[in-house]
Amino acid sequence: MKPADHHPIAEKVRVAFPSFYGAATLFRGDLSIHLQKEGLVKVCTLLRQDPELDFDYPVHISSADYPKEKERFEMIYEFFSIQKKHYVRLKTRLREDQCHIDSITSIWRGAEFMEREVYDMMGIRFNNHPDLRRILMPEDYPEGYPLRKDFPVQGRGWRDTFEFLES
Amino acid sequence: MTETEATEQTKSLPLLRTEELQLNMGPQHPSTHGVLKVILTLEGERVVKAVPVMGYLHRGVEKLAETLTYNQFIPHTDRLDYVCAMYNNFAYVRAVEKLLGISVPERSEYLRTIVAEVQRIIGHLFWLGTQALDIGAMTVFFYTFRERELLLDFFEELCGARLTTSWYRVGGVERDIDAKMKEMLYKFCAEFPEKIDEYNSFLENNRIWIGRTKGIAVISAEDAINFGLSGPTLRGSGVDYDLRKVMPYGAYDKVEWSVPLGKNGDTYDRYWIRMEEMKESTKMVTQLLNQLPEGPYLADLPKIVLPPKSRVLTDMESMIYQFKMFAEGFKAPEGDIYCGTEAHKGELGFYIISNGGSKPYRLKIRAPSFIHMGAFDQMAKGYMIADVITIFGTYDIVMGECDR
Repeated sequence: MKPADHHPIAEKVRVAFPSFYGAATLFRGDLSIHLQKEGLVKVCTLLRQDPELDFDYPVHISSADYPKEKERFEMIYEFFSIQKKHYVRLKTRLREDQCHIDSITSIWRGAEFMEREVYDMMGIRFNNHPDLRRILMPEDYPEGYPLRKDFPVQGRGWRDTFEFLES
Repeated sequence: MTETEATEQTKSLPLLRTEELQLNMGPQHPSTHGVLKVILTLEGERVVKAVPVMGYLHRGVEKLAETLTYNQFIPHTDRLDYVCAMYNNFAYVRAVEKLLGISVPERSEYLRTIVAEVQRIIGHLFWLGTQALDIGAMTVFFYTFRERELLLDFFEELCGARLTTSWYRVGGVERDIDAKMKEMLYKFCAEFPEKIDEYNSFLENNRIWIGRTKGIAVISAEDAINFGLSGPTLRGSGVDYDLRKVMPYGAYDKVEWSVPLGKNGDTYDRYWIRMEEMKESTKMVTQLLNQLPEGPYLADLPKIVLPPKSRVLTDMESMIYQFKMFAEGFKAPEGDIYCGTEAHKGELGFYIISNGGSKPYRLKIRAPSFIHMGAFDQMAKGYMIADVITIFGTYDIVMGECDR
């Protein structure tokens, strides 16, 4: 993984929002820009509206869990430009006690389902999301958020009460 | 009674009470291609709002991936889009290869592309049959499944399985093709264009088909991009975005082919695109078979690729590699990558975070069916309740991939 602060896309973000910009890395040709979570919507608006960047296509929104770190959750956004044919990945960290972030559905409508999935799987809340409900798990699912690292692979909850499953 | 009298009479009646009706469509509706529920808000027969309820087929594949080595996950990708297992394998191994930073031998690239295109034809045949069946033209289904059967026979010859194939490997493919299989494909490619015309003859002049597809589920190019749609659903709106052209992989840049584009963004255009894509795929397969270079079909990377069985039984080193591969798998460098592949439904992408171990730290699947469902409300609004079935079909949705 190489630092890539001088990559033209990273440079543009850094010049426009120096206070939100963290770092940029390049790995196997994929550019990742680390941001402060407060600046996400502003940076996304820049990415979408700047004619040289023109990121009009939402590729995916994911999340990762690092339970041992202070800022436990990482949000990952990936965008593509159909005209310019380039990718960018934004990353931002969230603390467990403040695990909410602004929604970007006002910029890319496709983000609605992707953010719902992140909420369902990782328990990160999105401010100003039009319809924040669980999407893959049942709406009344009580056992937590499955993709967190402290969630056992075999599941938890009513299985633990089975008498024939000892230990 | 004259018209004026009738109007007068209606006026004197108390106003008709109207209200919006909520209707659950699914999860057991036969045209949902799996288990999917849509809560429709209806005004008469018009859809006012459509809220998809998904997750009936959720198996936690992303969570499972974190407990499996990179090779062990390949059979799980078969079960994502179970109609087109080969392309899922392809998308996954490509992502892992990008993470490892390795390339595969040229023959292997050709073989991969041939089989991927054969899989695309199967996918589109399956789609055409079921879409026509949903709309009410039953005959087409029998014809498309006749040709699909021939190609599944080819898969059976190739890897022993018809649907859950797991033929792709990190670093190449599992087995080479032989003269008999080549003959099967040549024969198929020679006959297939005629068959496409045959399907068209059932549908092109069919008034019901035209009536139920033209101008239905229209989405503008701008909206389609904004929703992140991909594949024929995006190209139907005239957006020239095909990863095989934009970022050529496999042997797509070595053959001549074109990307069919729609104009109106309706169901008919998406149907037309899939028909054209089948023709393009047939052309590609013939060209690739003609150009197929000699050479190994697996990369020479002992730490990543399994040694051949004959060597394992006679050679000490190969035995050790084989043992290590199954006991702990290969280690991937630390980092994260995204790799998208143009499957026949749309862009199937894998996002992998590696922490340097032999298992992915986090694996995210960008499933086109899931993202297409995000635009469902937008596309169903204002159409009749019967068109909802058409819209399910036009996405070519498979719930195994959508719910993961």
